[in-house]
Amino acid sequence: MSNIIESSAVSKSFGATKALDNISFSVEEGEIFGFIGPDGAGKTTLFRIITTLLLPDEGYANVLGLDTVADYRKLRKHIGYMPGRFSLYQDLSVEENLSFYATVFGTTVRENYDLISDIYAHIEPFRKRLAGNLSGGMKQKLALSCALIHKPRLLVLDEPTTGVDAVSRSEFWTMLGKLRRHNITIIVSTPYMDEAMKCDRVALIQKGKIMAVDTPREIIKGFTRKLFSARAPEKHRLILALRSYPGTITAYPFGDSVHVTFAGDSVDPSLYDHLASNGISDANMTAAEAGIEDRFLELMNIPE
Amino acid sequence: MKEQVIKVRNLVKKFGKFVANDNLNFDVYQGEIFGFLGANGAGKTTAIRILSGLSSPTSGEVMVAGFDAHRQAEMIKKNIGYMCQKFSLYEDLTVKENIALYGGIYGMSKTLIRERTDELLVKLRFSQYENRLIADLPLGLRQKLAFSVAILHDPKIVFLDEPTGGVDPITRRQFWEMIYETAERGITVFVTTHYMDEAEYCDRISIMSEGRIVALDTPEYLKKSYNSATVEEVFIKIARPVDN
Repeated sequence: MSNIIESSAVSKSFGATKALDNISFSVEEGEIFGFIGPDGAGKTTLFRIITTLLLPDEGYANVLGLDTVADYRKLRKHIGYMPGRFSLYQDLSVEENLSFYATVFGTTVRENYDLISDIYAHIEPFRKRLAGNLSGGMKQKLALSCALIHKPRLLVLDEPTTGVDAVSRSEFWTMLGKLRRHNITIIVSTPYMDEAMKCDRVALIQKGKIMAVDTPREIIKGFTRKLFSARAPEKHRLILALRSYPGTITAYPFGDSVHVTFAGDSVDPSLYDHLASNGISDANMTAAEAGIEDRFLELMNIPE
Repeated sequence: MKEQVIKVRNLVKKFGKFVANDNLNFDVYQGEIFGFLGANGAGKTTAIRILSGLSSPTSGEVMVAGFDAHRQAEMIKKNIGYMCQKFSLYEDLTVKENIALYGGIYGMSKTLIRERTDELLVKLRFSQYENRLIADLPLGLRQKLAFSVAILHDPKIVFLDEPTGGVDPITRRQFWEMIYETAERGITVFVTTHYMDEAEYCDRISIMSEGRIVALDTPEYLKKSYNSATVEEVFIKIARPVDN
């Protein structure tokens, strides 16, 4: 396996803000590699460096064997980039946008149609419509088609699913999965922790630093404590009661339960007395399996 | 029975021939955390604009905080709070200036604004930031401040439109604790989100699809009746994204 991206100690500041702090990672050919982190973590800055649109202050990034600074012209031909904000021409139609992107890269829609047919089929019935009048889900499909039309070797997707509903998000990931057979390497960023599970490997990123890089499964294994799931009808009271218990390390709401870790590896019977004296008499405690978000929270809590 | 803060009967909103809200019926009660879910394009934003007095219904009865959306939109605006992800605070004003501006818009007295500002700065541990520009604040702090400002005037109801989008997982949870506290103070919280785990934190949720409300109940009941382990599963089963 060869590396499609090699990033070595990349740093970038904007004024006093260190957007990227010593970022090193590599992405192998054919991988779907995810950058998981909140707004302001540095995901967009990193993607702009990888796509040759920004220069690093320190360090370097090598993409497809080319240097992002010295070889930017050559490199751009092989990268498909879908920026976070809607990047298409609102006053051009669907098909005009697509053929514009194809022309810019010196190719035609016909030549690479095979690559986008699955995705473009959804919007082709509306090919005469102005891009500005498309629904969110369709804009996303058009933007992806435009990023792919020159058959890039590396596809860079900056938060393609932000603000998108759960159904459309799940459809989008199915589309990405299908691109695998065309041997396109994909890097994708997202603030949704659950999407990490759809990637081959992920980097957890926060405040310009990579906290962990591995397969999602291995990252979860890094969770060090025993995790318990607490349930009670009065959720907020339960959270407060769990937090005020001396043995509690963390108590975070997770969906319909509260994920709790204790100083020890088991639930001490004194917990139930504590909960009862705080008005929770019917708490249900079970052992729980940690997920990516549990690990992310744990890593965030490690003092710098 | 708790006081109704929102009452919607046969709400229809049309844009030309397009029916954005197709006969909506629901009530929201005092102190409730009400999750308003739906696929993109399902009609959520249209409904929220009507409920917050920014747009009037084509037909149907809509009462918010005791006022009629057809005739008393201005009174509705005075009695609600509103915050959305994209814009809520003026970036080129400081924390203190933003609080004063919103307090003034809501017609609060200078003394009251000063009191509330002090309370807020202590509660959010914001004292060190009071003279900072909003543009220089981290997103998480901005969102918490925006929420606090939206309830500065003690409205009966606050609308939160995707308040936690892009926020880190710790801040997201702190934000939800603020929601719980607000509801416990008796303020109704009407919230939209694309994080389905957050839907589970609500007292009740409604799910919109193609202009209609296709489900409305507690998360527990919806999961049971759709035989699903999570609200996300329920959502994927019944919410169709609009593709046109």
